[in-house]
Amino acid sequence: MNVFDIIGPVMIGPSSSHTAGAVRIGRVVNKLCDGHDPVKIRITLSGSFAETGKGHGTDKALLAGIMGFHSYSPDVKDALSIAKDHGLDYTFTNEDIRGAHPNTAKIDFETSDGKSGEVLASSIGGGNITVSRVNGMKVDFNGSSNTILVMHMDKPGVIANVTNMMHWQYEDLNISNFSLSRQEKGGEAIMTIVTDNLPPETLIEDIRKIDHVINAILIRRL
Amino acid sequence: MKYESIQELVDEAVKSNEKISTVVLRDQAAAMDKTELELLEKMEIDFDVMKQSVITGGNKDLKSMSGLTGGEGFLMREYADSKNTLCGLFLAGAMSRALSVSGCNAAMGRIVAAPTAGSCGIIPGCLITMCEDRGVSEKDAIMSLFTAGAFGMVIASRASIAGAEGGCQAECGSAAAMASAALVELMGGTPGQCADACALVVASQLGLVCDPVGGLVEIPCIKRNATGVMLAFSCADMVLAGIRSKIPADECLDAMRAVGDALPDSLRETAKGGLAATPTAKKLSQNDHSVP
Repeated sequence: MNVFDIIGPVMIGPSSSHTAGAVRIGRVVNKLCDGHDPVKIRITLSGSFAETGKGHGTDKALLAGIMGFHSYSPDVKDALSIAKDHGLDYTFTNEDIRGAHPNTAKIDFETSDGKSGEVLASSIGGGNITVSRVNGMKVDFNGSSNTILVMHMDKPGVIANVTNMMHWQYEDLNISNFSLSRQEKGGEAIMTIVTDNLPPETLIEDIRKIDHVINAILIRRL
Repeated sequence: MKYESIQELVDEAVKSNEKISTVVLRDQAAAMDKTELELLEKMEIDFDVMKQSVITGGNKDLKSMSGLTGGEGFLMREYADSKNTLCGLFLAGAMSRALSVSGCNAAMGRIVAAPTAGSCGIIPGCLITMCEDRGVSEKDAIMSLFTAGAFGMVIASRASIAGAEGGCQAECGSAAAMASAALVELMGGTPGQCADACALVVASQLGLVCDPVGGLVEIPCIKRNATGVMLAFSCADMVLAGIRSKIPADECLDAMRAVGDALPDSLRETAKGGLAATPTAKKLSQNDHSVP
């Protein structure tokens, strides 16, 4: 935590958790779209997001984030009409997600290049978020650190290859947290690598070149 | 610094014979690996957004998303300018600014969460008033935001700044406590007096519940921003008069956390208790077409 977590963020109101946090959850989806336009969005709102979301503009905020807007962008207010203008196919459903934080959204998305994915994330207060699931796999990261998500096949040596490359080619980069999750043995897996400082974009390119890596995404500190 | 105790802030400032804001700016620049100038520039942007939100929110025709609130800042400004107020132009003006910023927030305008969106009017209400009506320089007001922020960091780690966790005492209470400490510093008070101002505000708001009508950041949040401003000024003035807080600030914060923990779920932002459970509140939220 630093002083700007308290005096800040600059945001579009009315709620740091229901509006600013929701934009940030949307932005995680935007990052996972990996430069392609989101074309189909299915949003499930749970708990307080479902109960009071509309009066807080949570729907607008999530879509704004998915389209890549920031929580301080005046466009948040007009996100529904902007989404319609872009031909974005979106729906909202209210459903109680068992065991989830009160402010939780599940977002299923499809992109213009035909890929699809899913994010489960919660807004935990003051605009801070935690992401707990990506593409059906358990993850645990928040918006206050720089996070690299590496989607890869569950094969021996992939983790060593990624971390070795990071160590040898980006020696200043320190990993502060690491976790791994997989769908099934030998299936798709996801590495969550949190770093102290902001990794350069070239690192992401280098990770993508490693065998059995499907994709790598950098989610900057929000 | 760890920002886990108010006493730590006071001790560090006293040790180097500086203001709390000076110590915090230096410490945060080092922690964030940036220069002090970069941090000041970032804080200046926040201050500019605060000033703009006073203007946006002061619009006569401003309406919130739900249509339940709007225009409070305008009414208070007109009344303040009539010069026939109980509190005087200075405090009435501060209330009008707090109402405007909070109204701007409810209308999906741009604000600075300080520490949260629901309590975003209190710090600008106090500090912009010090600049515009008391001749404090913007540079000093921006510096004092580092003091406010440091107190906020300790409150966040020791108690809470989320209504869903600690009730409104954690949101409007925290904002008023942070603002009061900043006001004392701007008036030339000692670091210890800043801590006492924080303590007095926390003691005055202890137990305030979070009970938003319809779950929206509007009723009673917007008006609590105006009363929060009054609390910040009154506690700062008590301290500057030489009155001490008998209970140290850190112990007040521990009490705030314990009280927050003891609050039932219904009084922590769920809109199931307090004002939100009154017959009128239920009627208001039913008429609100934007509630799903």
